[in-house]
Amino acid sequence: MEVLIYLVPTALLLGLTGLVAFLWSLKNGQYDDVQGAAVRVLSDDDVKR
Amino acid sequence: MAEALDLSVYVKHQDDGTAHIDLAIEGIDCAACIDEIEDGLCRLPGVLDARLNYTNHRLAVEWRDGELSPATVVEELQRLGYKAHPFQSKLVEEEETRRAQWLLKCLAVAGFASMNIMLLAVSVWSGNVTDITPETRDFFHWLAALIALPAVAYAGQPFFQSAMGALRNRRTNMDVPIVIGILLALSMSVFETINSAEHTYFDSVVMLLFFLLCGRYLDQAMRRKTRAVASNLASFRSEIAHRIEEDGEVVLLPTAALKAGDRVLVRPGERIAVDGIVIAGSSEIDESLVTGETAHRAVRAESQVYAGSLNYNGTLTLRVTAAGKGTLLDEVERLLENAAAAKSRYVQLADRVAKVYAPVVHTAAAITALTWIATGSSVHDALITAIAVLIITCPCALALAVPVVQVVASGALFRAGVFLNAGDAFERLAKVDTVVFDKTGTLTLPTMSLVNAGEIEPSLLGAASRLALSSHHPLASAVAQLAHDRRPYEEVVEAPGQGVRAIVDGREMRLGSPAFCGAESLVDKAASTDSMASVIAFSWGGEKVILLVRQALRPDAVDTVQSLRRRGLDCRILSGDRPEAVAPIAAALGIEMWRGGCKPADKIEALSALKAEGRKVLMVGDGLNDAPALAAADVSLSPISAADLTQAQADAVFLGDRLKPVLETIEISRRAHSLMRQNLGIALVYNLIAVPLAFFGYVTPLVAALAMSGSSTLVTLNALRARGRAPALRAQAEPSHPVPAAQGA
Repeated sequence: MEVLIYLVPTALLLGLTGLVAFLWSLKNGQYDDVQGAAVRVLSDDDVKR
Repeated sequence: MAEALDLSVYVKHQDDGTAHIDLAIEGIDCAACIDEIEDGLCRLPGVLDARLNYTNHRLAVEWRDGELSPATVVEELQRLGYKAHPFQSKLVEEEETRRAQWLLKCLAVAGFASMNIMLLAVSVWSGNVTDITPETRDFFHWLAALIALPAVAYAGQPFFQSAMGALRNRRTNMDVPIVIGILLALSMSVFETINSAEHTYFDSVVMLLFFLLCGRYLDQAMRRKTRAVASNLASFRSEIAHRIEEDGEVVLLPTAALKAGDRVLVRPGERIAVDGIVIAGSSEIDESLVTGETAHRAVRAESQVYAGSLNYNGTLTLRVTAAGKGTLLDEVERLLENAAAAKSRYVQLADRVAKVYAPVVHTAAAITALTWIATGSSVHDALITAIAVLIITCPCALALAVPVVQVVASGALFRAGVFLNAGDAFERLAKVDTVVFDKTGTLTLPTMSLVNAGEIEPSLLGAASRLALSSHHPLASAVAQLAHDRRPYEEVVEAPGQGVRAIVDGREMRLGSPAFCGAESLVDKAASTDSMASVIAFSWGGEKVILLVRQALRPDAVDTVQSLRRRGLDCRILSGDRPEAVAPIAAALGIEMWRGGCKPADKIEALSALKAEGRKVLMVGDGLNDAPALAAADVSLSPISAADLTQAQADAVFLGDRLKPVLETIEISRRAHSLMRQNLGIALVYNLIAVPLAFFGYVTPLVAALAMSGSSTLVTLNALRARGRAPALRAQAEPSHPVPAAQGA
């Protein structure tokens, strides 16, 4: 059962990383225009300019 | 627009030398619009950034200060085919956005905690039936406590705050038993962890929080969406006025930029955009959107005029007065205060259930503890079982039962073009048995229309309506609506106060008063068919016709009133207009109970009389004079064309020219209400099964987790039926795509 000593912290760390990533994306305004994000991916503005 | 609109009041100047404006955009229908708008604006010299939010159709533009006037941006958008309206975000909306973000953060924390704790809990459950050592189990319990305590302290805040608020006002709501359950379960689990016992409930607590926060967030998101669309519509409607500067120059401004004391010029045929006092000029004004009275009122210097009135024949100069100064406004506001004070707070279904629920559950827990002690168990075991009763009854499904239905049903209303102002309106709408309509602007369209169009030869009508495009007179605009060919004739001469004339195909064409067109002889015959209509005439060479213009019923008013009646609703009319004007409308709709000439106070009195009979009254109205009546009724609706003060009082606002949304609102609300009751029933049945199990001590953490998620899922799935059923209703609603009513008219 010694494996738990590093498996449990790893599991917690992974979960926390996910939480932090979500909070960052929320703060960064990633959810402000959900419908726009869905259609903007199809536009080729990166090719034009 | 010939004159440039001065939008400087909406521009935000930033410290880094850039300027910023927010615009609400009309006419966005596909993804290609994003590129078209953003690229188009970025080509303008000086523009640094243009970013369109496709979700709420708002555009943020930034440019180097001084290099560009905001009017250029609006003109460029106009050229691209979009209408842009300056937009000022309201404080309420920003507040709601912040709250939504906060709820989302709480939801994320609860989600993270419940996943990790469930990982530990499942290991303990499977270990308990196999070979877990007590040391490992304790370690897992301590870890779970370490995650759960801070997570609950953070993610539980919305519930703690709401429960504290209710208790401080000596009320209870659904959050009070939730908070008690959460706190007891947490403390018991910590206590059991210290005693290295077999069962803890950390997973149940955090999962409960997660489910409840999902419900809260969805509810909030729906309301935010409705509010965003409603405030876009409000900015589409926002009006402009001609301000007379100190040096006598006239500038075109949005009304938001006007201050009390400013002088404003109102030309014939324009709608008055502000409340004010006439300082020069005289005219006749149509106040039907304000008071319901369709007869015109003569105004001259010192007369008070209200925003929303239509100026007929003279140019007026007004001095803008601060809100609430006029005699009518004073009366309306006084009545509003009384009505709001007299209105008993409607206790929502969920709160009523909570009021009974909390004592029952807490008594059940107490009885459990006492029974276990009486039958010889230790105090520790008795307390554990009692707390298990509290956990299993913690109103997870109950707290979701009502909000989820509200979310789904307001989505259905949204698609039907109805926006809810008040979240609890469903329950009040579902119980309505009497519908009281205002006449002007509610049963009738807010703009004038030509009533005898069918009797006129099509070629003459086409010519008359095309000529009407050149006139500024309000009656002519009703005729102009019918023009298929939208190009005005060339060289049209306007004879002030009489009409317009032009030479077409070598013959003279005239539109105006019967005397101007030489058609007096025809007036008597035409007027006898419809005594309420205003008469204008059209002549082209020797051919002469009489045109009757008045406010017409909404196109589906008769059908809607009949359908309402078939559903057992009693329909009535209370109008501020003269009785002679109300009678034909009432007759056309087959409404027997009607009254005309009602002052705002009379309307309230009539509503109180109806309420005293035990009726539940829905008031549908739009005028400023209806605002107190809307506040006094059990529940109220108003069309989007209504005065701002009136819309603020209404529980819901509907879009479009049709009256059908009134019927749809009632139908959807009735369906929602029955689903809410079903959901509460499901939650009740769940408790009837779960409580005895908990009472006899069979509720392990595993059972609690299964029971909670099972009942929550069941209730949520049932709520989804609020959108699924009655496809016929939706199919009819779809074609009338929610488009703001006749903006141009």
